[in-house]
Amino acid sequence: MDQSLFTSILFATVVAGTPLIITALGELVTEKSGVLNLGPEGMMSVGAVAAFAVTHHTGNPWLGILAGMVAGMLMSLLFAFMALTLMANQVASGLALSIFGVGLSAFIGKSYESVALPSIVPMRIPLLADIPYIGPALFQQQALVYFSWILIGLVAWFLYKSKVGLILRAVGESPVSAHEIGHPVILIRYLATLFGGAMAGVGGAFLSVFYTPMWVEGMVAGRGWISLALVVFATWRPMRVMIGAYLFGGAMITQMFVQGSGLKLSIPAQFLSSLPYVATIVVLVLISRNLKTIRLNSPASLGQPFLPDA
Amino acid sequence: MWLKFEARTEPSLLMRYLSPVLAVFLMLICGLVLFSVLGKNPMEGFKVFFLNPVKDTYGMAELLLKATPLMLCAVGLSVGFRANIWNIGAEGQLLIGALAGGWVALHFEHSTSPLLLPAMILAGALGGMLWAAIPAFLRTRFNANEILTSLMLVYIAQLVVSWLVHGPWKDPDGFNFPQTKQFQVHAMLPLLKAGTRLNAAFLVGIGGLVVGWVFMNRSFLGYQMKVAGQAENASRYAGFSAKRTVWFGMLAGGCMAGIAGLAEVAGPIGQLTEHISPGYGFAAMIVAFLGRLNPIGIFFSSLLMALLYLGGEQAQQYLNLPSSISNVFQGMLLFFLLGSDVFVYFRPRFARRNK
Repeated sequence: MDQSLFTSILFATVVAGTPLIITALGELVTEKSGVLNLGPEGMMSVGAVAAFAVTHHTGNPWLGILAGMVAGMLMSLLFAFMALTLMANQVASGLALSIFGVGLSAFIGKSYESVALPSIVPMRIPLLADIPYIGPALFQQQALVYFSWILIGLVAWFLYKSKVGLILRAVGESPVSAHEIGHPVILIRYLATLFGGAMAGVGGAFLSVFYTPMWVEGMVAGRGWISLALVVFATWRPMRVMIGAYLFGGAMITQMFVQGSGLKLSIPAQFLSSLPYVATIVVLVLISRNLKTIRLNSPASLGQPFLPDA
Repeated sequence: MWLKFEARTEPSLLMRYLSPVLAVFLMLICGLVLFSVLGKNPMEGFKVFFLNPVKDTYGMAELLLKATPLMLCAVGLSVGFRANIWNIGAEGQLLIGALAGGWVALHFEHSTSPLLLPAMILAGALGGMLWAAIPAFLRTRFNANEILTSLMLVYIAQLVVSWLVHGPWKDPDGFNFPQTKQFQVHAMLPLLKAGTRLNAAFLVGIGGLVVGWVFMNRSFLGYQMKVAGQAENASRYAGFSAKRTVWFGMLAGGCMAGIAGLAEVAGPIGQLTEHISPGYGFAAMIVAFLGRLNPIGIFFSSLLMALLYLGGEQAQQYLNLPSSISNVFQGMLLFFLLGSDVFVYFRPRFARRNK
């Protein structure tokens, strides 16, 4: 394989995996607190359209990312109010968030469909970018790609080394005990859910502002759901999220490279497009078949409502 | 003063049926606000969205036509939802059902047999069940979460449809449009009323509701599934098979969704294309919840959801709004419903904040 092909495959894999890493890490923190939010698809969609609109109007992609983040948080706040304050079924509320978010984004995005954003110059890291093969692929990326790497470390540190992270995990494992020793269970769950929303919003923003960069209805195309699967795949460990995300990222770009490579393969394009979805199913099966791994690693109170003073 | 929720000793039956009404009411209010935020006269918006679609016979027929796939999918899904089987892939099962039934229609393109339509419906049901069997198998055999697998299969089903209508099944005389040949007349569901598009699928839909009602309320398996959903431990203690619950819950949804898909292609569409369903499989989840997972409730909620679809089309035409406003209304409705349901299990209390 020649250098340029290797480099561009690696580059594209990293780009495709980035929104998955960011979104999945947010969801991971949410789930660690015992809240199962099935809404990443909706939060990403709304984040994507908000970021696109703001970037289009202000010309500043960073304001766009911020808008995506805020939009994602607002969406997750809606979920948190339903699931945590009104104690609605978390599965149903999450589904509602996804349905609502996808619809809302299509509605808002209609007037932006023919608009294109200028592409944004990547951020080159001196020296590292000069490493042959991997340098141009890994260190000449958009700033959010580096952010996704930092985020992995931050989330891992937060969950396993910080005091608040410990409390958050305790809330996820046993909300009753955490409540009894005086930790504000609902507040922590709110914050964890908001963080998940913020990250899904950023993940969506990355898609519409950097990745495509344009708005098309349904452009999130299941990435929110794949992020959910990623958390299971990673057995709720931040580091493993990265491995999974690049695996899925690789599956997503296969089509692009097979078509671009000029290989005369008689495989219909649709088959290659279905790879990430098939991969998600396969990965879920491989991980879930071992019931013990799932039971040991998933937060014990995941999806269970908690009523203080009950 | 601080609003607190106190758990009721038992769920309020009254609130259980009032809560959907409250949700619809809240959605209407939000709709009026939404119209004014968008710079439209709210009363005008209300009229265009909710009244215009059903102002004549044709409109009423369209309402029943749109409600048919929704009630079919919703009644099938609610069998699973009652048992906490979260099949969210009805959209994919609908598409595969349409493909399977459509294949029969295309394969027997010269058949005049009265058995052709029943065969197509059967094939549609089997297609939907096949697609639903995948998550059921993966869940019972490998413990894979059916929410994610059934949803992933929606995307895969869409790609399968796209491949077939772009490739092997494309109409050779269709000017290269991604669609199959038109179904022949014997492969089309008969119209119920001339001058409208309402067809016999509506009767199939009503039949589906009746079957669903009998199953849920009069069969032992239906009872077992209800127990499995409400008290998992009791169900295990009684020796009810958890695997059978999963299988049946998934297959019921797939079967009904498959028939719904066939009804669309052998009805208003008349051929296979890339645009078989505007998200009926997803909207049907809202229909199921709004109808309280009860076939009688589902009948009414499917009419309401169909109205939201028609209203969206009207809003696009007369108010210059994107038709996806339907999805916004649908999502709001589900949120308000889930929110209102707090009153089923909890009693609101205003109390001074102590401590």
